[in-house]
Amino acid sequence: MTVDTIAGIPVDVNEEGFLTDASEWNEDIAVDLARREGIDPLTDRHWEVLRFMRAEYEAKGTGPTVRILGKTSGVPVKELYQLFPKGPAKLAAKIAGIPKPRGCI
Amino acid sequence: MGDTIEKVSIIISKGSLEGIYPGLIMANGARAEGIEANLFFTFFGLDAIHAKRLEHIKVASVGNPGMHMASLIGVLPGMSAIATHMMEKKMEAFDIPGIPEFMELIGDTGAGIYACKASVDLFGFTKDDFIPQVEDIITVGEFYEKAAGGQIIFT
Repeated sequence: MTVDTIAGIPVDVNEEGFLTDASEWNEDIAVDLARREGIDPLTDRHWEVLRFMRAEYEAKGTGPTVRILGKTSGVPVKELYQLFPKGPAKLAAKIAGIPKPRGCI
Repeated sequence: MGDTIEKVSIIISKGSLEGIYPGLIMANGARAEGIEANLFFTFFGLDAIHAKRLEHIKVASVGNPGMHMASLIGVLPGMSAIATHMMEKKMEAFDIPGIPEFMELIGDTGAGIYACKASVDLFGFTKDDFIPQVEDIITVGEFYEKAAGGQIIFT
């Protein structure tokens, strides 16, 4: 575990750069993390996915996979890949400050 | 970043349920990781993209030691359908999509879906026989062009 300074705030991250404590997350951190991943700016649709990811994580203790996200978030799979080209569930989880979802499908 | 996979091209050559799923899961999983993915369907694997056949993909109940069932029982009429039904029930319980939904999902991820020209000609199919997610019918040479710079997985 290392400390990374994101949006000027020191936070604990794992070797892949995911926050290890979801409670350290805030919206400025999301904006900075997104910029690092080449997503700039975060649109309303991005935020919709990010908020959904956090709500799912808080309710279930894990983030949804792309398929579940496409079925339940209100953002279809095709659009998810347009919003987060480098992997919707993985990237959205990272930017939302929650652990990487571990589902295979 | 030499130790990351940027692109995979997966060949699906078998037409049984257990022959098709692994390739679909690997292609979908690649896209979920942000890895570029192509699927190339050849020989009996074409059933997975055949508009009328993909709903009727069956588990092999004969010559399949993984079924833990005597081959003599496996040859009985309807055995393959029963085995498939049981497998589908189990998959549904684990929320694994059926092949039609899975193909639609993979199309939406932006993976390239292609049919092998030699097999299509052999079976007398045309592009109209396939689901709309199939981008093109391509030759083996064209497959290698699309696969260039990535990993190739044969299933």
